[in-house]
Amino acid sequence: MYQYDEIDRALVDARTAQFREQVNARLSGALSEDEFKPLRLMNGVYLQLHAYMLRVAIPYGVLSSEQLRSLAFIARTYDRGYGHLTTRQNIQYNWPRLVDIPDILDHLAGVGMHAIQTSGNTIRNTTTDPFAGAAADEVADPRPWCELVRQWSTTHPEFTWLPRKFKIAITGSPEDRAAIGVHDIGLRLIRSKAGEIGFEIHVGGGQGRTPVIAKKIRDYLPQRELLAYLTAILRVYNLKGRRDNLYKARIKILVNAMGADCFARAVEAEYEAVRGRALTVPVEEIGRVSAFFAAPPEGRSQTTPPAAPGYDRWHGVNVKPHRVAGRTIVVIPLKAPGKTPGDIDADQMDLVADLADRYGLSEIRVSKEQNLVLPHVDESALESLYTLLDGARLATPNADKASDIVSCPGLDYCNLANARSIPVAQQISRNLHESGLDAVAGKVTIKISGCINACGHHHVANIGLLGVDKAGQEVYQLTLGGVADGDAAIGKILGPGLNAGAAVKAVIACVRVFAEKAAPGEAFTQTLARLGAAPFKEAVYGV
Amino acid sequence: MKTITANRLTDGRVVYRTIDEGWSENATQALRLTPENAETALASALEDQLIVVDPYLIDITGDVGDFTPTGRKHVREAIRLTGPSAGSTKEIAHVSIR
Repeated sequence: MYQYDEIDRALVDARTAQFREQVNARLSGALSEDEFKPLRLMNGVYLQLHAYMLRVAIPYGVLSSEQLRSLAFIARTYDRGYGHLTTRQNIQYNWPRLVDIPDILDHLAGVGMHAIQTSGNTIRNTTTDPFAGAAADEVADPRPWCELVRQWSTTHPEFTWLPRKFKIAITGSPEDRAAIGVHDIGLRLIRSKAGEIGFEIHVGGGQGRTPVIAKKIRDYLPQRELLAYLTAILRVYNLKGRRDNLYKARIKILVNAMGADCFARAVEAEYEAVRGRALTVPVEEIGRVSAFFAAPPEGRSQTTPPAAPGYDRWHGVNVKPHRVAGRTIVVIPLKAPGKTPGDIDADQMDLVADLADRYGLSEIRVSKEQNLVLPHVDESALESLYTLLDGARLATPNADKASDIVSCPGLDYCNLANARSIPVAQQISRNLHESGLDAVAGKVTIKISGCINACGHHHVANIGLLGVDKAGQEVYQLTLGGVADGDAAIGKILGPGLNAGAAVKAVIACVRVFAEKAAPGEAFTQTLARLGAAPFKEAVYGV
Repeated sequence: MKTITANRLTDGRVVYRTIDEGWSENATQALRLTPENAETALASALEDQLIVVDPYLIDITGDVGDFTPTGRKHVREAIRLTGPSAGSTKEIAHVSIR
């Protein structure tokens, strides 16, 4: 994985020292809250219902074991013993004191981490496939390009005060696991007919109160021109994007207003002005950055059939094929029955770091499904790994299953939320396990958001729940048919809103219909397309 | 009936305005306000920007020392009053050394 150089270290150290001064200025009264708020947000510090929240960047979801141990240390020392993994592949702490945050940032800087640009109207953490560099179906590794985008976008003076926040995702595989269709910019690495690697460019996707699937504006861009083309897109957005209305400021609104063709022409005009010049990435630089992401060496195959109870089911669900012989990808769902989706305690962080050192080349990934991934596990170690994960409640066999629920923190923590997400997710999870439905239902995604900002990605869930405030009561809208990856789609509302208890029953009813009526191997959306919404509506509303 | 709540500047914790124009995490000490004196009390609370962030009025009901949030945001304020209703904060022992 990428290692900070002197430039990275100097930048992060300077920013940490600067934020310490800003905190002191706020505490002394030299800065008012109105003056301080945009500064703390630029450093990932929110003020939530009960406390400050610190969002730490995990660039494109890649962590070393040393970094994960440091996150555990921070959880124990400055928080309440756990962290929450987000759908943007970052980690949040729910309880840090403002007066401690400069020290936390010092600890993070010591292991090459920070909280820069995890909030604010700027370019956020670029996300990617959690299996990048390991996936058997990969055309090209997206991580070097994620890293180049990170370096280009970090404290970029032209793009620090955009009309709204800006999110980029890159996939290197035909099977999109990065949800590029619902990002401001979605990039797909492809191979041209001539055998050259480049990018397919999608723009204007997003969730929130106006969910939109991104439009493809370029079939092929030579990879060296990526930063020039991103600059062109951002320049058009920065110039023409609306700043008068918070709810109409995302690029998806601009692309819709201009029309995708017109927007693409404006981008191409900007691109002509910058292409082939300073923003063209030198071949040597691509090579230098790519060297940090070299393929792992071959591992050793299993020599004896594993016999541990539960191993076969765990292997069938949580272990994925790797591109290198003798290696496998292991998903560690943070979704034990009834657990808070995405939360991991400090002891579990330390254990996963140790297991990564022992069996997985010291590397860990965070997925947008709020799980951890060991991307390079030696196949001969799988049974030992399973046994140790199982002992820490980290071997629930539910990766991509119904109980692999994605959930935002909701009204239990978040200042923006209108309804609770966590207790609803916990109840659905318990019911799925206790009923046995989780084991028999095929691939189906359930995602829950506590407000229209859609941090829980409910729009692109096969079964989505959106919590809203209706005259002071928590009410949940149920949507069906959303898809995050591949051919992205926005779910459609099934019927009237439900209270929390009814929403839990409704989700279970939908999973049951799927389990009973799906053809062998059929995904939820295929069943829904074949049968229509009627059987689901009947199961939920009795009509 | 109303009271005033805010988040403490140094650590973000939920606090309530007290009778002696201080701030306390202990909700039983929360000031009781009528519609007539609420705005005046809020104006005074807003001057404490070195102690708290963004004080605001909330609707409450109940006896002195034991109030229940009411009104449109009653669920939100109840969660602020008693802590998260679910999640790891309730499940994991508090291990912070601070």
